[in-house]
Formats: sequence, structure tokens, C-alpha cells
Amino acid sequence: MSNNGTKGDVVLMKGNEAIAHAAVRYGCDGYFGYPITPQSEVLETLEALMPWETTGMVVLQAESELASINMVYAGAATGKAVFTSSSSPGISLMQEGISYIAAGELPALIVNVMRGGPGLGTIHPSQSDYFQATKGGGHGDYHLIVLAPKSVQEMADFVGLGFDLAFKYRTPAMILVDGMVGQMMEKVVLPPQRPRRTDEEVLEQCPWAATGDADKRGRNNIITTLELDSHVMEKNNERFQETYRRIEANEVRYEEYMTDDAEWLMVAFGSMARISQAAIHTAREAGIKVGLLRPITLWPFPYERISELSRQVKGILVPEMNAGQMIEDVRLATEGRVPVKHCGRMGGIIPSPSEVLTALNSLIEVK
Amino acid sequence: MNREDIVKPENKVVSRPRLLNDNVMHYCPGCGHGVVHKLVAEVIDEMGLDKTGAVAIAPVGCAVFAYNYIDVDWIEAAHGRAPAVATAVKRLWPKKLVFTYQGDGDLSAIGTGEAIHAANRGENIAIIFINNGIYGMTGGQMSPTTLEGMKTSTTPYGRRVDLNGYPLAITDIFAQLDGTCYVTRQAVNDAAAVRKTKNAIKKAFQNSMDGLGTSVVEVVSQCNSGWKMSPVKSNEWLVEHMEAKYPLGDLKNNTPKK
Ligand SMILES: Cc1ncc(C[n+]2csc(CCOP(=O)(O)OP(=O)(O)O)c2C)c(N)n1
Ligand code: SF4
Repeated sequence: MSNNGTKGDVVLMKGNEAIAHAAVRYGCDGYFGYPITPQSEVLETLEALMPWETTGMVVLQAESELASINMVYAGAATGKAVFTSSSSPGISLMQEGISYIAAGELPALIVNVMRGGPGLGTIHPSQSDYFQATKGGGHGDYHLIVLAPKSVQEMADFVGLGFDLAFKYRTPAMILVDGMVGQMMEKVVLPPQRPRRTDEEVLEQCPWAATGDADKRGRNNIITTLELDSHVMEKNNERFQETYRRIEANEVRYEEYMTDDAEWLMVAFGSMARISQAAIHTAREAGIKVGLLRPITLWPFPYERISELSRQVKGILVPEMNAGQMIEDVRLATEGRVPVKHCGRMGGIIPSPSEVLTALNSLIEVK
Repeated sequence: MNREDIVKPENKVVSRPRLLNDNVMHYCPGCGHGVVHKLVAEVIDEMGLDKTGAVAIAPVGCAVFAYNYIDVDWIEAAHGRAPAVATAVKRLWPKKLVFTYQGDGDLSAIGTGEAIHAANRGENIAIIFINNGIYGMTGGQMSPTTLEGMKTSTTPYGRRVDLNGYPLAITDIFAQLDGTCYVTRQAVNDAAAVRKTKNAIKKAFQNSMDGLGTSVVEVVSQCNSGWKMSPVKSNEWLVEHMEAKYPLGDLKNNTPKK
């Protein structure tokens, strides 16, 4: 393990390690996880940091992802800031529990360091869980807030952001990242250490939580996702949807690069955004005016901004490490105004900048 | 004439436990769940555990609505996952009483993994395990604890071990795990059994508070609807058949005598 990263230090570490350090420093109350490549460093780093001796954070290696996610459901139900991490097959196993967390209107953080699928697949980087993360994944009408870091710094930063958003809207948030960002080492400035909330602060902040204080509170709190009366269940759903509309209105995040004068646009997230950026440099040298929009929140998705840009550019390239998933949202945003083309590799292969450039050139030629 | 005219303080011999809510129970008449609920409510009250705080974990099964009846904080778990839920709650709130309440489908079929591992880790929780040998809630299908030859909606000609395997005495396994401190099998078919079950629940809850490890209280119970018997007949059948396969008594008691 790299470095303890004391306050204000610039340290060198893996994205997965940054997640662990940032969680402890955020004042996270608990982590529950099960090993799977390429994200086991999260659990390993936490076990090595022994935060139960410093901040009092609970760390537990569970017997499965099924157990981990239900432990997260439990911690969240008691108002604690808890999270889990896994990679694609493990995240699939968690889907029932994630649906329960959404239906229970509970704040929690789930990290998916994606590997190539389907099935047991490969341990190499991929972005093929985009559909699963942004379109539901588990059963029922729900959404996760999905954050897509592109660097080790953002891995660290999005832990706090994810928890803050999850608590603000009482809904689960996910960090969706390809295995490359999880595994690569970069410089990172870790956030300062915050104390964990006291139990009293948890009670005050989460008056709805099942903390075991029915007597003190004067009423008991019940966290349940069951409602046999369909009319009430429909009302519950309407409340969930209202939350999702508020999130869509307030929390869309994205970054733009060289879009001011762009005649062509790339839309890419995570590692693919950085690879695309390299391709953009070469293209610009050759006189092609191309820019990049990088969605930071994959849900809510920056439909509006992409729609605007689709009135400015002649065509859009969507480089992804999958068969073409986010491209569907880009197409929705452009409403057929300009050609939208996929470029990508599957199964754990990372496209090179030159492959992206070739795809851009063929888009321009066809046009 | 209303209830107050009949039940006067001077002629009242037994009353609803303080922590048992005055809600109409959805359980079938003769079902064991209601009796165990009453015992749990009494024990929490008598031990003052509602004052120090309790978080109960409800299963998926007929007892899913336990949270409507006992006046403590509840978390309703996904089917079988109650011990994982209880694990996290107890670790995050170590001073609270944390217990699960689970049926035999919930605990010994879909949730075997979570139950065994929570107990093996010696989580300081109590598991109340209602074994009625059938899936009550979904309409009487076979469970792992269904007896050989027993008719259910998915074993209409009786459970055959060659097709369905053997009845699972999962509590015997709990007794073998180093993480458990107290493992017992009780029943609620008559007054004496009910009293013993109450004592067992008390001991299990005390162990959870004292941090001695996992306690498991199996309650061999009646599902007269699933068994398609009258309440009286199911009580007799329980003694004759269920207790033959699942004999009552302590399987492990490592707890210091108080
Ligand atoms: C994942 C999942 N699978 C199946 C079900 C359907 N289901 C609900 S209750 C139940 C069986 C409950 O039986 P048991 O635990 O024995 O409790 P009882 O109703 O007998 O008290 C099943 C299979 C479900 N709710 N969730
Ligand atoms: S179906 Fe069986 S377990 Fe369920 S309430 Fe009725 S008797 Fe009890």
C-alpha cells in the first residue's frame, strides 16, 4: 500500500486506494465488501488502515456481495454513512439489495469498478455496466445517482460527493468507473480528515432512521419497502419520481474541453474521456476543430447541453469501452440532428487514441 | 356492552404486553407467530430493552408485518438476508439489542449463507427462528425443514427424500459453530412450552447485550393453514411429528449462569 496521505499531502496511489482513504477521511461509518478484481484494494486498504482504531469506522469482509449490500442497506436504514465496492459480477449479485435501498429511500454509496463482461468475463477494464447503472439494474422504477470519475483525484473527491448527494436526496449513489482508473496510480490530494458524526448527530440528521431509539423518540421507526395496497404503492412511486425530477433539475454535472469553436464533438466518460482528449490533441494539430463533453453524472445525464451542442457541431463520436451504451442517451439528446457514431472495444480492451482518431476521421468523411 | 364494561382492573388476569401494539394481527387463528410476538414484546419490556434501545429485523414470510405489532424500531430485510442486516446494525450500534425474526424458508433455504456466517462470526445478535416446516406466506410450499412424507403444495404426494432431499435440522449446525453461545429448540404448543420459550428468548437477548456471541432460538411452530389442520389438531401433530424430527431442548449453552 502506498502512503498514509496525511492532511494536505500530495500522495501517489491507486484509484481504489484513494477511495478507501477518502472514505475514512469523509467520516464514513462503515464499509462492507467482498473481494473481486479489479477493486479488492478498497477492502485491503481499509483493513490496513484499521480505521476502527482511529475514527471508529466499521470495516467488514462479508461472506458475499449479497451479504455486503444487505449490510449497506442495514447501515443506511440506521442513518449511518456506509458503502460497499465491487466489480461487475458482484454488482449484478447486489441488484435486489440496491433496489431495496432505493425503495427504502436510503442514502448509501456503491462503487462499481467495472470489468469486461458478460458472465465472469475478464478482469480488464470496461464500461459495459452503463446500462445497468443508469437504467435501473434491479427491479422497479428507480434511479441511482451515477458519478463517473476519470482520475484518481476524482475517485477521492467523488466519495464525499456521493455521500453528500445520497444524504441530500435520501437515495443510493454509485461511483461507476472502469478498472483502469481503479488500478492506475496518480497524484492525489486527499481531503482533510473529518470526524464521524456522533450518534446524537445521526439521530438529529436522520429522524426517520431505525436507530433503536423508539422510546427516546416517542414513536418507532420502521424501514420497509413492502406496501400491499397498490394505491399507496403508487403514491410511494410518485414520491420517488419527484425526487428523481429534483435530482435531474439540480445535479447534472459535466466537463467540456475545447467545445467553444468545435465543429465536431466527442462524448466520453471515465478513462475514455482522457483517451479521447489525447485524440483531440492530434486532430486539432491536423486542423480538425473537435471538442469533448465528458458527463460526470451519467444519471442524471447532461441531455440539455448535448442537445445544445448538437446544434453547433456537424457530428458526434461516442467512444466507449463497450458495444455502445451511452450512445443511446447521446442520440436521445441530439434528436437526430447530426450523425452520432460509436467507437469502442469490448471485453476488457482499451481503445487507443489512434483508434478514436480513425473513427473521428471516418465520421468526418462519411459526413 | 363494550370492552371496558367487561374487563375491569379487578378481574383482569392477563393483559396485552405494553409493547404489543393494538393492531389486528393478520396471522391465522392458531398460528405460532402471534404467541412468539407476544413473548418478544414481554421480554423486551421486562428487561427494559426498549429503554436502552432495540432494532428488530423482520423477515420475508408471514412475519414480514411483525413491525406492525411490536413497538420497537424495525428494518424489514430482503428474503433471507436478516442476519446480514442484523450484523451491520449491531456493529454500527453495539449498545442496542439487535435480533432477527425469521421463518424456516427465510433462514434455512434462501438465507442459509447469511445465517451461518453471521453465527460463525459470532455476531452479538439473537436469531429467533420460527420453524413451521412450510412456506406459510406463499401458500404452503415445501421448505427445507418439511418432514419426509409431508404434503405441501409443491410436494402434493408428500416429500420424497430421493427427489427433495432430507429435512434440514439447521439448528444442529448452529450449535457446532464456535461463534454461537446459546442454541436451543423450543415450541409454543402449550403453556409449559410457551414459558420455556420465553425464558430462552430472554437468555438470547441478554447474550446479545452482554456481547457473548450469537444466540439461536428455534421455535417449532404451527402453520395450521399450511398444514391444513385445525389449531388443536396441529398442536397434536406438532408434538407427534415435528418434535420427533426436531427434538426440543438446549443444543448448546455456553452462557454464564446468571
Ligand atoms: C427473493 C425472493 N424470493 C421469493 C420470495 C417469495 N417468498 C415470500 S415469503 C416466502 C417463504 C416464507 O416462508 P417461511 O420463511 O417459512 O415463513 P412463514 O411464511 O412460513 O412464516 C417466499 C418464498 C420473495 N419475497 N423474495
Ligand atoms: S399461513 Fe401459517 S405461518 Fe402464516 S399466518 Fe397462517 S398459520 Fe401462520
